[in-house]
Amino acid sequence: MNGLLAIVGRDIRLALRGGADALTLVLFFVMAGAIVPFAIGPDRILLQKLAPGLVWIAAFLAMLLGLDRLFRADEDDGTLLLFRHAAIPLEAVVGGKMLAHWLLTALPVLAASPLLALLLSMDMAGWTRTALSLLLGTPALAAFGTVGAAVTVSLRRGGLLAPVLVLPLSIPVLIFGAGAAAAAQGGTAATLFLAAISLVSVAFCPFAAALALRVGSE
Amino acid sequence: MTLASADTGTLGMAAMSPGTPLLTVRDLALSRGGRRLFSGLGFVLAPGTLLLLRGPNGAGKSSLLLTLAGILRPDAGALDWGGEPPALHLLAHAAGAKARLTLEENLAFWRKVNGPTGLTPAEALRIVGLGGLDRLDAGYLSAGQTRRLALARLLVTDRKLWLLDEPTAALDAEGDAIAAALIAARLGSGGAVIAATHHDLPGATATLTLGDSQ
Repeated sequence: MNGLLAIVGRDIRLALRGGADALTLVLFFVMAGAIVPFAIGPDRILLQKLAPGLVWIAAFLAMLLGLDRLFRADEDDGTLLLFRHAAIPLEAVVGGKMLAHWLLTALPVLAASPLLALLLSMDMAGWTRTALSLLLGTPALAAFGTVGAAVTVSLRRGGLLAPVLVLPLSIPVLIFGAGAAAAAQGGTAATLFLAAISLVSVAFCPFAAALALRVGSE
Repeated sequence: MTLASADTGTLGMAAMSPGTPLLTVRDLALSRGGRRLFSGLGFVLAPGTLLLLRGPNGAGKSSLLLTLAGILRPDAGALDWGGEPPALHLLAHAAGAKARLTLEENLAFWRKVNGPTGLTPAEALRIVGLGGLDRLDAGYLSAGQTRRLALARLLVTDRKLWLLDEPTAALDAEGDAIAAALIAARLGSGGAVIAATHHDLPGATATLTLGDSQ
């Protein structure tokens, strides 16, 4: 447990010292949402209707953006090799990195979501539902993304491949996430299903990603 | 196909040293990228042994170390650890140091991940000759200093077996002496070291030559 927390702490510290990385992500998230009113016109009713789905698309793309850096730096400087015989299993290492990835991508996106809600003329209730669905759904996106990043880390130019691999896995998350965010009533089923996807994927993906790392280094 | 040729005389000596062997390798064969690096490789590693891996570039020294570390799977043969494989330290080409973390933070991280069974980061840095640089970002280190930092990582967690890939690469004369002293201390306390190297390391008890040209 100590080792896992050390990995989370190190990744967050590195990201904060790296400076612009986390900020880039938030900026991308806000920009992706902010250009919508310009593209489809300032129709408040239409915007309000589209807003939950748009926030989810923006969050989804922003989380894919951070995927490449998940294992790349550790692979390049030899840290990943050393993790192979750490005192904690590789699955725990991957779990720690997954948690750090969620904290560094999903949390900033959540924090920036009120701004997007404002730009897309969402009301308070709509934003609350969207934020809740993001909170429940983004762990699954982080988990699937971790597997994609682990599979592609041994490929030199795998930067674009990970999002392509992750996309089909993430579609259900997007469907239920946007569903839970949009439905004023009767969204409970979608919300519960979203939480279930997140729980299952967070439990299984570290094992899949660790396996991919082991096979990839041979 | 290149065959591994072991100097049986020195290896026999290693096998005769007291204590149960830490590792017995039998009939090991390994390929990388479809090319057979070695086959029929066998040796015994007893506690207190410094085994040198020699051979030309591309003979498979680093790959053998990775195989022993369990990262590469051999084509054939067996590694007999006499039970569970022990916790081991691997010193690879890349130091595994984060440029944006200070030396102290780098070592403290590995100490937390691998268990605080060794020296404190400050002590380890002092021993490898980086004392007083605790607060410096690792990115500012020279190649030789980065190598010393990698050696310091071996000290913050106590592990019996060290696999060293070119431990003295980029080190100056003083660094060479430090590395030799660390290895001697490891051997003295019942550990064992396998080092792939092109230079002679003092205190070598056995040599294994890989590849055609000896």
